[in-house]
Amino acid sequence: MSAVLPAQPANASGAVAVGRRSAARPYHFIVALLLLVFPFVASDFWIVQIGAQSLILGVIALSLMFLAGYGGMVSLAQMTVAGVAAYMIAIFGVSTTGSGLGWPWWAVIPWAIAIATLYATLVGALSVRTEGIYTIMITLAIGMATFYLAQQNYTVFNGFDGFKGLEPPHLFDVDSREPLPFYFLSLAVAAVCYFFVLYVSRSTFGLSLQAIRDNARRMRALGYNVTLHRIVAYSLAGLIAALGGVLSVWYNGRVSPGSIGISPIINILIIAVMGGMLRPAGPFVGAIVFVLLQTFAIDFIDRERFNTLIGTVFFLVVLFSTDGLLGLWERVRVRLTAPRAGVTSGQRDGAEGQR
Amino acid sequence: MRLLILTFLNGLTLAALYFMVASGFTLVFGLMRQINLAHGSLYLLGGYVGYEVSQMAGSWFLGVGAGFVAMAVIGLLLQTLLFRFMEGQELRQTLVTIGLSIIAADLMLAKWGGLSYQFDPPEWLFGSTPMPIINAYPTYRLFLLGVAIVIGVLLWFFLTRTRVGMMIRAGVDDRAILSASGVNVQLVFAITFAIGAGLAGFAGVVGGTALSIAPGEDSRYLLASLVVVIVGGMGSVPGAAIGAVLVGLAEQFGLAYTPTYGIMFTFVIMVAVLAVRPQGILGRRA
Repeated sequence: MSAVLPAQPANASGAVAVGRRSAARPYHFIVALLLLVFPFVASDFWIVQIGAQSLILGVIALSLMFLAGYGGMVSLAQMTVAGVAAYMIAIFGVSTTGSGLGWPWWAVIPWAIAIATLYATLVGALSVRTEGIYTIMITLAIGMATFYLAQQNYTVFNGFDGFKGLEPPHLFDVDSREPLPFYFLSLAVAAVCYFFVLYVSRSTFGLSLQAIRDNARRMRALGYNVTLHRIVAYSLAGLIAALGGVLSVWYNGRVSPGSIGISPIINILIIAVMGGMLRPAGPFVGAIVFVLLQTFAIDFIDRERFNTLIGTVFFLVVLFSTDGLLGLWERVRVRLTAPRAGVTSGQRDGAEGQR
Repeated sequence: MRLLILTFLNGLTLAALYFMVASGFTLVFGLMRQINLAHGSLYLLGGYVGYEVSQMAGSWFLGVGAGFVAMAVIGLLLQTLLFRFMEGQELRQTLVTIGLSIIAADLMLAKWGGLSYQFDPPEWLFGSTPMPIINAYPTYRLFLLGVAIVIGVLLWFFLTRTRVGMMIRAGVDDRAILSASGVNVQLVFAITFAIGAGLAGFAGVVGGTALSIAPGEDSRYLLASLVVVIVGGMGSVPGAAIGAVLVGLAEQFGLAYTPTYGIMFTFVIMVAVLAVRPQGILGRRA
């Protein structure tokens, strides 16, 4: 488990944040149990509209969290990467729009993921030429350009209408469109992605990436290929986003330029930021809050004004926390436990040091 | 030939509009290292305010002034009440402005609905001007070009010849030293932000008259400003002018000759500039 760095930097500021190597805690099992039991007690609406949708959005937002949290690169093109995977599923697979090439699912899925990952790598290669705030703008511009291309191109992307009638494959006589199988499919993908991100963040590559985030110049001086590390981070994040994109096209049953427009792009950012961009669990928390707000906002606010609500929530979270809802929660917990546990408990120091 | 000249003029007048929006954006960024992603919302809100005022007062020019003043005041408020407390936290500022733009877009939709609004500029601006080869060209678009040039010259004069302008340029180069030499940097920031936001509101009315004012224009002009300043170089007003001309021409030529992929030309320019000069044509490395 312990990653050996080829060269330890002369640690002046202790800037290299190492992923927490904590043992499993009771609440990990509670969450896992809840996720597994939940579909058996909830209605279909809750399983699919709330459960599966949160997981799918969480996976796509997780790819942004990976890039931003460990790589320090906020890419707004992650939804677009997911959209590319979704489009590839539609273009090469079977859809009722009739223009699909009709490849079998076992060929289409890896192909779609490969193309989307390649696309993400290209986006990365382009945007690593810039830093910080510029990255946001360039990835936003790339995302919008892709959106306009999909909207205006009829020969490949079928223009404004996109593709309809896309279904997940039938596997071993199980219709994965049924609520339960689809929920568990999403849960499995989400879990794999979550643990993958956790694993990568503690691998040699992940540690170098975090070191680059904290001090790119020092890492370059130490002989690391900073650009390559960043591009590979884009590829890995692209892989995760592509998986989310495949799930989302099955969830929606359709893909159109609207799925990769400015508001879905911003939604992914909202989800990742709202949940917290320093931990892989953040995007999923953000996704649940987002989906719940989206679904139930109608009860206490005019449906038309959902964006005002989500915008305000987002605004307040950003204003009062640098690490989303999870960061807020951490702060509350620290404040509550501080008088009892004493100020200098080692665990708290570790948590503080990460910020 | 006729199409060529027409497209060229269209591109140039679109560039004029882009320049007006992007110059404020780039000014704010150059001095304060702050991306205001609500810039597009200021454009649209300025347009709406200008429309309301010009309808009420019956004067288009009053509407233009109102667009500028109202957005300058809002910019001033945003800077003094909000952004001042987030200095140096780029990502946070960016996210906060994204949040603001979402709320603003939705509230504007609630207030003004999904319809597009048309201004009535004065008669003498409305017709067309006789021109060689292409016969005639809308006067208003030529007016737009003239206004952009005037704004460009005024900004140049302001930045290079006045005291506040000198402070702003000094702030772009080294904020800490400027502050150490006794200049009230917060005041300079507030003035810059007000001018930048005011220019967006001004462009909202002037540009809204050329095209129209409708929901969605905010993200369109935000995107245009982003590409223009990325191409031209962040923080450089002449860079914004060059970027605007390149992007405006590319968009119109793309639209005229290959309608399907018009938008891609803009993108290709951006990629090309990034590949050769990541800091933009007139940008300096931070």
